[in-house]
Amino acid sequence: MTGDIAAAAGGCHIFSGCGYPAPGLNDFYFQKLFSIGGWNVTKPELIAVLCVIIIVAFFWAAFAKPKMIPGKAQSLGELAVLLVRDQVIRPVLGAKGDVYMPFLVPMFFWIFVMNLMELIPVLQFPSMSRIGFVWPLVLMVYAFYWYLGFKSKGFIGYFKSWIPQAPWPILIILIPVEILKYVFIQPFTLGVRLFANMFAGHLLLSIFMIATWYLTSLSVGLLYAAGSLFMVFFVFLLELLVDLLQAFIFTTLTATYIADSLEHGH
Amino acid sequence: MSATLAAAQTLSINIGAVGYGLAAIGPGIGIGLVFGHAIEAMARQPEASGRIQLYMWIGFALTEALALIGLIAPFIFKYS
Repeated sequence: MTGDIAAAAGGCHIFSGCGYPAPGLNDFYFQKLFSIGGWNVTKPELIAVLCVIIIVAFFWAAFAKPKMIPGKAQSLGELAVLLVRDQVIRPVLGAKGDVYMPFLVPMFFWIFVMNLMELIPVLQFPSMSRIGFVWPLVLMVYAFYWYLGFKSKGFIGYFKSWIPQAPWPILIILIPVEILKYVFIQPFTLGVRLFANMFAGHLLLSIFMIATWYLTSLSVGLLYAAGSLFMVFFVFLLELLVDLLQAFIFTTLTATYIADSLEHGH
Repeated sequence: MSATLAAAQTLSINIGAVGYGLAAIGPGIGIGLVFGHAIEAMARQPEASGRIQLYMWIGFALTEALALIGLIAPFIFKYS
């Protein structure tokens, strides 16, 4: 269960006179665990660091000493890398996209593992549901595709490439829309999509988990609790799918934006 | 005074719930269209299904964003 709410829920059950302790925004705020210097370390930060360690350890084990005949770890690592290359990068960017694999492959797995943390007992918090964890990632992608645009088309050329082929009366409407799209809408939706999916997922999970605990009592409530428990498992599986899908979509859209910056002419 | 504030907050979260319901209509139709047409396209040309699936997920992501913004908007306006 999620920390604060579970403590508040405590002995609160149905028919004992207390209402359902619905999860809300308070569920996303954490007390500091300890401080390093002036820096207060909280649970989401620890989870993010843990995920980095997991990813680095996995790829280190897989590719530190690559062999011609791959061992267990290396086979798994190659499978993981090829999954991203063949499902995400190749369909969008083609073979020339292989250059961006060092950027996109760890990004895919980091987001995926970060999202998976919402399902693992005790941890049970997707750090991406705090929007502060999403913006640095989005900023990196944003800076990267602007840089690639300037590099491949030149400073003026990149802005010129935004202008679509259309008759001039339509361009009056279309040019502001395109500017808004590249400057604001693309990074905004990229970040908010990941954040809101994880936010909604965490809320859904905690709603049904708390409901299961709340409904458990020696009465008809036990029947409701069973229904709620079923929903927990259902949402669990749904979130498993959503976690993978969000990592996939984030990486695919990043690849699409990179392709947009690279291609010449509309 | 604080009772009024609490009442206003309850009202705003209730309106937020209704607002989310309204915000989900458009993306609901949109996601239906995205997947429906993708399935139709894949049925017509099974050999192109890899590429169609890719664009299907991109279209799904773009449509879904609207519903998710609708979901978080009540929280933003409640606390700002």
